[in-house]
Amino acid sequence: MDELFEPGGGEWTGVSERLAALERLVDALWVLGVGAVVGVVLVLTDQRAWLPAVGAVAAVLLAWGWWYAGRSRRAWGYTEREQDLLVRRGVAWRSLVVVPYGRMQFVDVTRGPLERAFGIATVQLHTAAAATDARIPGLLPEEASRLRDRLAHLGETRTAGL
Amino acid sequence: MTDAAGAAGGGDGGDPGAPYRGPGAVVLGRLHPLTPVLRGWRFVVAALAVLVPQNADLLGGGQRGLLRLGTGVAVLLLVGGVAGVLAWRFTRYGIDGGDLRVDSGVLFRRSRRVRLDRLQAVDVVQPLLARLLGMAELRLEVAGGSSTEAPLAYLSLDDAHRLRNELLARAAGIEEDAPEAPERLLHEVPGGRLLASSLLTTPVVVGVVLVPVALGVAAVVEGVGSLLFLAPALLSIAQPLLQQFLANFGFTLAESPDGLRLRRGLLEKRAQTVPPGRIQAVRVVEPWLWRRFTDWVRLDVDIAGYGAGQQASSAQLLPVAPRHEVLALLERVLPGASLPAVRLEGVPRRAAWLAPLTRRVLGAGYDDRYFVARRGLLERETDVMPHERAQSVRVTQGPLQRRLGLASLTLDTTPGPVTVRAEHRDAREAVALALHEAELARRARAAAPPERWMAAHPAAPVVPPALPDPPGDGPGAGPSGAGQPRAPYPPPA
Repeated sequence: MDELFEPGGGEWTGVSERLAALERLVDALWVLGVGAVVGVVLVLTDQRAWLPAVGAVAAVLLAWGWWYAGRSRRAWGYTEREQDLLVRRGVAWRSLVVVPYGRMQFVDVTRGPLERAFGIATVQLHTAAAATDARIPGLLPEEASRLRDRLAHLGETRTAGL
Repeated sequence: MTDAAGAAGGGDGGDPGAPYRGPGAVVLGRLHPLTPVLRGWRFVVAALAVLVPQNADLLGGGQRGLLRLGTGVAVLLLVGGVAGVLAWRFTRYGIDGGDLRVDSGVLFRRSRRVRLDRLQAVDVVQPLLARLLGMAELRLEVAGGSSTEAPLAYLSLDDAHRLRNELLARAAGIEEDAPEAPERLLHEVPGGRLLASSLLTTPVVVGVVLVPVALGVAAVVEGVGSLLFLAPALLSIAQPLLQQFLANFGFTLAESPDGLRLRRGLLEKRAQTVPPGRIQAVRVVEPWLWRRFTDWVRLDVDIAGYGAGQQASSAQLLPVAPRHEVLALLERVLPGASLPAVRLEGVPRRAAWLAPLTRRVLGAGYDDRYFVARRGLLERETDVMPHERAQSVRVTQGPLQRRLGLASLTLDTTPGPVTVRAEHRDAREAVALALHEAELARRARAAAPPERWMAAHPAAPVVPPALPDPPGDGPGAGPSGAGQPRAPYPPPA
């Protein structure tokens, strides 16, 4: 991550390594699932010669997914400044969003079943603009609660109309 | 159901449609008694359109057949009528403190309160039939709703105007009864210009070129009968244009202390009021044919509450006007916004890799109150946004932009036709600009006037902002303001 998308001068916080683990698991399930289906079809149609190629592709995909999950995990980051929250994300398509606390309409903390299993949560900020994409996944539950309470508090004290 | 007692107690005496706030309990009014007819006629016509052809044999079947069909229609009318009347009886509305309260629903009761200080716009809409009967629908737009939050259909036109004025006065922070605010006509779109502007669009010009060619080909090859295949295409070109023309016919834009007033429509009339400070962003649109031949422009606007579900024309602040007049108007609509005064910074030469044709058009800049961005090759668009309206600021960078050291900056606003975006800036500059913009927005918000725009000075809440003299001091009355007593607003203390 170069410093361009880490402006603001403050301390940037990353997200938990567990997010990468979760994504790796999801990737692996996809690759193995699709691979298994393709494998069964090949066996049933007597095309066993292709099996090693399928295995190789699956291995490459797994390795790439493994690496990408780590990159993508490291790309997430946020920093709480005095007046606004900065969130950065993305590997190939990167983005940086600045959300003033006063613009915040509400904060969500969500935990899906997989996220619960991995012990992480997602915090999402909503403003009056639907396009605002201020989502921070892969937070430890206590950090997510802390962030939510702090953001809600800051939003109240610095609130503004539309 | 706690509201039912209050609802049942009120509105039975006196004028059924008029909202009235008594000294004690809130008295809620009813919609106009013709409401069920106006809301129901479409269903009746649709039902007849389905029923009659399907039972055409009954029509030919002598008296008995006619009788059966007649009975069916009568039952339909009765059931629909009872449902409509019930819905009407159970709908009540009134102003309750700082809220508009609307109680409705027969089986599932609903009592809704709309905070008036969050009011974004008020529309008085008259569909053709309602207009013939002197009725109108009042629509309140508040931020966050996916559709119009509190449509009151139907009221008599006078009641709709009265309620509109009262809602706006309360939204402005004036408690006592205020007469309708005076208004000053800012701009009027002549029918001829509207027609010409509709014709001077790409589909029409393409059509005008294509049709003679098609005619010639058809005449040589097959004869004129083969031209029928063109009809659907021509219709699909003409239909939206006609719709736009009808919707924008007789367009006027006026200014008053309670906001901008827009009136438009040939068949369906629409009178919109946008209170001060509710405009989130404005886009100056210059289609290339207009730019080439007439120097006309169009103004689109983002207003919270006019979501994507709204008719596109209600988000047009000005359908067509000469550029210099629009620039002058812009300063009135967004106080102090002067497009020529904001210097637009171009994009680096290397952006030509990503935007070879529009590189010279792309630009962005700001002054202490507005952010301005320009783009578009054929349809040139210049977005203007007050700093304090930015909900969030985003910098995005795709893989190609990354190689070139470029990035795009977006100022997020409420949903609408305008997206404020400065494309392909130098990446370093874009990030710095984003942080700076956040700071500018914060400062602008701190200095922004209150949401209750007349409540700034509690000692003298009734002094309207001074209206500068218009170019030609014409009467401010618009076409649909007839019948309203026009008193000075508000009376001098």
